[in-house]
Amino acid sequence: MSNEPLGGLATAPQAAIGRPIADVVAASLKSRYASERRFRLYGLAAISFAVLCLAVILFTIIRTAIPAFTQTMINLDVTLYPQEIDPEGTRDPETLSRADYQRLLRDAMDDLFPEVTSRAERRALFAMLSPGATYFVRQLVIDDPSLIGQRVRVQVPLSDDFDQLAKGRIRADTAEAERRVSDKQIEWFERLRSRGMIETAFNRTLFSAGDSRSPELAGVWGSVVGSFWTMLITMVLAFPLAVGAAIYLEEFAPKNRFTEIIEVNINNLAAVPSIVFGLLGLAVFISFFGLPRSTPLVGGLVLALMTLPTIIIASRAAIKAVPPSIREAALGVGASKVQSVFHFVTPLAMPGMLTGSIIGAAQALGETAPLLMVGMVAFIVDIPGGPLDPATVMPVQIYIWSDAPERAFIERSSAAICILLGFLVCMNLIAVVLRRQFERKW
Amino acid sequence: MSVTTLLIVLLGLSAIGYYLGRARSVRTVAGRTAELHSLPSYHGYYVAVWCGLPALLLVLAWVAIEPDIIRSLLIAKLGDAAAGMSPQALGLMINDVRNLAGGSLVSREPDPVMQAAADYYNHLRFLSRLALTVFGLGLAMAGLTYAWKSIHPRLRARNRVEKVVIVALIICSTIAILTTIGIVLSLIFESARFFTKVSPLHFLFGLEWSPQIALRAGQVGGTGLFGAVPLFVGTLLIAFIAMCVAMPLGLMAAIYMAEYADRRVRAFAKPALEILAGIPTVVYGFFAALTVAPFVRDTGASLGLQISSESALAAGFVMGVMIIPFVSSLSDDVITAVPQSMREGSYGLGATRSETIRRVILPAALPGIVGGFLLAISRAIGETMIVVMAAGLSANLSVNPLEAVTTVTVQIATLLVGDQEFDSPKTLAAFALGLVLFCVTLVLNIIALRIVTRYREQYE
Repeated sequence: MSNEPLGGLATAPQAAIGRPIADVVAASLKSRYASERRFRLYGLAAISFAVLCLAVILFTIIRTAIPAFTQTMINLDVTLYPQEIDPEGTRDPETLSRADYQRLLRDAMDDLFPEVTSRAERRALFAMLSPGATYFVRQLVIDDPSLIGQRVRVQVPLSDDFDQLAKGRIRADTAEAERRVSDKQIEWFERLRSRGMIETAFNRTLFSAGDSRSPELAGVWGSVVGSFWTMLITMVLAFPLAVGAAIYLEEFAPKNRFTEIIEVNINNLAAVPSIVFGLLGLAVFISFFGLPRSTPLVGGLVLALMTLPTIIIASRAAIKAVPPSIREAALGVGASKVQSVFHFVTPLAMPGMLTGSIIGAAQALGETAPLLMVGMVAFIVDIPGGPLDPATVMPVQIYIWSDAPERAFIERSSAAICILLGFLVCMNLIAVVLRRQFERKW
Repeated sequence: MSVTTLLIVLLGLSAIGYYLGRARSVRTVAGRTAELHSLPSYHGYYVAVWCGLPALLLVLAWVAIEPDIIRSLLIAKLGDAAAGMSPQALGLMINDVRNLAGGSLVSREPDPVMQAAADYYNHLRFLSRLALTVFGLGLAMAGLTYAWKSIHPRLRARNRVEKVVIVALIICSTIAILTTIGIVLSLIFESARFFTKVSPLHFLFGLEWSPQIALRAGQVGGTGLFGAVPLFVGTLLIAFIAMCVAMPLGLMAAIYMAEYADRRVRAFAKPALEILAGIPTVVYGFFAALTVAPFVRDTGASLGLQISSESALAAGFVMGVMIIPFVSSLSDDVITAVPQSMREGSYGLGATRSETIRRVILPAALPGIVGGFLLAISRAIGETMIVVMAAGLSANLSVNPLEAVTTVTVQIATLLVGDQEFDSPKTLAAFALGLVLFCVTLVLNIIALRIVTRYREQYE
């Protein structure tokens, strides 16, 4: 290819018979400059396209997520009849937690609409409240038993369909059969709204609850905690192992076949599809060693093996950047090889190693596929209390919710993406700051 | 004593050992530490290692084999009750006993036999923990005493401690090899079990894939149902679409960044590409499934085209966008590695920038760029979440990008998500697919890495 003549320039010798070369060049300049501009434009277009994609992705996700941060609530006057809650008046917590709060809420709703009498209609009326509303009232009573016998104003969430209605996602002007709420329910809702009982509040549940079948009761906190335990296991295992491996390979390893195999291995492992690590986790950790499924322990082990190559490669680069004069000076004053490495080289390389580890951790935090393999995709309501409790992680929670038919879950999935991206941005910022703060030019 | 407490106590003992060892070494030379072969702290570490390491290894080994021993003792105790049971029923029963012993819920009413077994189980565990505590602490004390006694001015404590450190480092670096061995063995072992039920030829060349049907009664590992060709075709189709997007855009972006962009554009575009690279794949999947796929379908509908809402086009396009930064950063490295003298030579002959790039830089950088493309292809083939969320589930032998196709990774994920028995052909098929995936990506990676390394050597 390099023997080929150079475009318009090199055709000059043949054409030049009888004409000065300068004229030939000048004649071809226009088209050459045009092609130069075109080429440049292609490059700019490619970059602009990538930036545009990024903008579109972020824009759609944030726009979808915004409604999830608010929740439509209803301010309801509930009479806490003592005969319903605690007929014997013992105020025993056991009795209080077993009482039929649903009935109290039903009564409260019926009081608002005395004309609703048929069973089906009353059920439709009560369906406007979230199934979690009873737990709100129960918690209220358990926290403060002195409220029993009073008429209190409680703020409970509406069910997700009416939340969507309030946010304009379900339109009242569509045909009744095409929407999830009936005309009657819309009428009741409008009456409640005109009485000022409907209120839009910040969705605190999103940040404090685990998963739920009802969107209005579902939150990301369970998966955030699951991610925390998983990342803890991952980093506790991966960081020391990776740093140890990097130190050995850079400083001690003799040049022989064995180290060569290790190096090729690490480079290849870095490019193995993540789902294969999931298969490894399933076959080795769960099936062979019998570790419990769906736990951050197994997830963390798998992610540790997966991030290991990334951290090793970054750590080796950091160690390589420490100039040999440091080592030689240490050896010159009588330090042993191990002393020169652990007292001088490693501390100097530490910021680089930490930066690499944070970037590796950020990768692991966003990883989904291998965790599906080890069962972290289960429906888990409880907040995990440790690495041996069944848990899920944020990316998997996003995956689960994005699969749900309810629009409200899609919104929550977007909100979870925003939170996850927030974490990733923070981690990368920390890495950048570390690099800026401690990077040394030798 | 629980294992955690025991480990903490061992740590404490080692710390005590460190101080004892250091103090003794100073005492043996009456404070003139220059007479010691090693610094006092190395004597301390020496004692600490002798105290902690053997005991730690013992604890690890114990924890690893304890459950098996207790299990076999329990089966022996159950005797007649367990004799006639199938392995599954026995496993269930032992689980029940364990749960009963731990005080949690069991799957059936506890009868006296079970209760006795549970008590026996608790008794065994208590004995085991007691023995572990006694032996572990005994070993730690013995090590501590031995090392403490052997402290001597001429003891080469530093050399010994350093030897332990080096061994630990070597173990760290072999983890990478162990991981690879683990991957290869688990894939081969499970695939071999699969291939005893389904012939490898059927798997590799069969045209029909429907693993679900094989689970129905009367069909044991049905023939022709595990033909993976539709999956391979689907994978290649989606990867091809992705590369059609990523290769030109990524390469042009890299060229622009390396050769044209001024400081301002770079300061803006480089972080943007890095963010694009840092977005988790599940987010791309979400975007593909909820925005791009409906958009493609509706656009097609308005043009009179019937496009599936899980079309290969949507999944491939989004995957291509995901790979753009990958291609561009690899190509950027390669292009900037081309020596400046080659550019200057070309400019000196009167070539324009684009002529220099097309005729000089790209040919020179070609091996590296091709290596980068190969790595990108291997990434596209192994990518999971985008296709799980946006591509189809049913195997459909088609190269039409407007139809729904499924991929190898989608099938692995769907076969293994959820609870199922570990030895049904359906589960094992996932490992066979994993083996194919691993081999293909491995070959691509090895070739790519070799090309890139050789290219680098050429110009360094």
